[in-house]
Amino acid sequence: MESFAYANPATVEEAVGQLAAQWGEADVLAGGTDLISLMKENLHAPRRVVNIKNIKALEGIRKTAAGLRIGALVTMDELAKSALVLAGYRALAEAAAGIPSPQIRHMGTVGGDLCQRPRCWYYRGGFGLLAMKDGKSLVPEGENKYHAIFGGGPAYFVSASSLGPALVALGAKVKLVSAKGAREVPVAQFFVTPKDGDTREIALRPDEILTEVVVPGAAVKSATYEVRQKTALDWPLATASVALEMNGTTVKSAKIVLGHVAPAPWDSPAAAHSLAGKQVTEATAEAAGKAAVADARPLSQNAYKVTLAKVAVKRALLNAVKG
Amino acid sequence: MSSKKGFSRRGFLQGAGVGGVLGTGLLEREAEAAPAGAAIAGPGAVPITLTINGKPVNLTVEPRVTLIDALRDYVDLTGAKRVCDRGTCGACTVLMNGKSVYSCSVLAIDAQGKSIETIEGMTSPEKMHPVSQAFWENDAQQCGYCTSGFVVACKGFLDEHPNPTEEDVKHGLGGNLCRCGTYMGVRAAALQAAKQMKGGKNG
Repeated sequence: MESFAYANPATVEEAVGQLAAQWGEADVLAGGTDLISLMKENLHAPRRVVNIKNIKALEGIRKTAAGLRIGALVTMDELAKSALVLAGYRALAEAAAGIPSPQIRHMGTVGGDLCQRPRCWYYRGGFGLLAMKDGKSLVPEGENKYHAIFGGGPAYFVSASSLGPALVALGAKVKLVSAKGAREVPVAQFFVTPKDGDTREIALRPDEILTEVVVPGAAVKSATYEVRQKTALDWPLATASVALEMNGTTVKSAKIVLGHVAPAPWDSPAAAHSLAGKQVTEATAEAAGKAAVADARPLSQNAYKVTLAKVAVKRALLNAVKG
Repeated sequence: MSSKKGFSRRGFLQGAGVGGVLGTGLLEREAEAAPAGAAIAGPGAVPITLTINGKPVNLTVEPRVTLIDALRDYVDLTGAKRVCDRGTCGACTVLMNGKSVYSCSVLAIDAQGKSIETIEGMTSPEKMHPVSQAFWENDAQQCGYCTSGFVVACKGFLDEHPNPTEEDVKHGLGGNLCRCGTYMGVRAAALQAAKQMKGGKNG
């Protein structure tokens, strides 16, 4: 790890004063579960690390007029156990509980989950976010079994965020603060698919800090289902987060978002549309799963993810209406 | 550990002391950018105080030194192991404010003001903690490399879940890997220790 100066601000104002206009100058440190490893690999080598863990304003979960306000420093453990989250935002609690190690859940934060870098082994191996060599991505003909089946080219990595799909399904926004002011961005637009090697996979600017997430308070039935190869110490292969607005026993409107299948959480309006006005049954849930993967474009080694994504949608829907 | 960038600054800072970063020199730009009150340390070595197993410990480390390296290389507490060093295997597990964390993914400077509990503070051959005793009795180790991390993670888990089922144990210890595959013994040990720790006498 390269050496760095360590800033320990007590307020958001002090913290954003430590950031810079370009990436590479400063990195924000919260739980450290990703950043410390990135720095050990020299994938990030900031001159300044800005620890935000002592900023009290970034803590806590509370109900507001706009919905549930979740501070960026809330840990995955707190999120998964929060009575407020469990009561009305099951998809979110399940996404947090799915993160497969108590140590990571104790350390990892909401802000960190959304801002972590992709786990693509080409990126982690130093080939860059787009894994380019001689002007061509190494992924389509390379080792791509964990890569994207949607939205691929030129980026084939999958978004590593566990909370992203659930937050998109629930219509959440993030608040991003810089020295110049604050802005709110829907989580659906926070994740971006880079078209060139210089763009990040999130809309956060280098001089901004993600301070909180706001999830609207609409009464929806929701669930997250993850498909994994291993239950411990691994990332999911495919996930689905669903949010259903019900009219009695039929679906008034649905939001169905896949995770770990594309460079960003993958919203499937086709799957959602297939459920409108219907009850959620084995048959309609399966049809929604099929609709969700109809446009999948698997690579040479990851066609299996199409089946997993389809099953994840079906099971998430059935779980959402079960309880 | 590489110190390519840090050497000249470190020399400067050692002379200037911790607060000296706000003077002149290589860090002038950071100092100018810093609003009043934003404390900056490093990149050179700075004095820090950690509370390890109930006792304050003073050491001087660069901000980039992780907690596992501080424990092993500066304080001579070698029970927590550095194995993957990427927050994936669990061998470096310690308790921070009672919660299990990967000490390879925590900066030592960041652990100030927190209560850090390592395997050395929990158990010794003379006075075995019920978790260690149960690991021994259930053959829950083979090569032993993962054991201290597992024992600490297990204590943290049982403090929070005094009456676990086997399924709870499986998930609750899911942050630790054993290359020898002693999981069956570890799970049996966790369940036995849970029974013995009831009443909180040894918690």
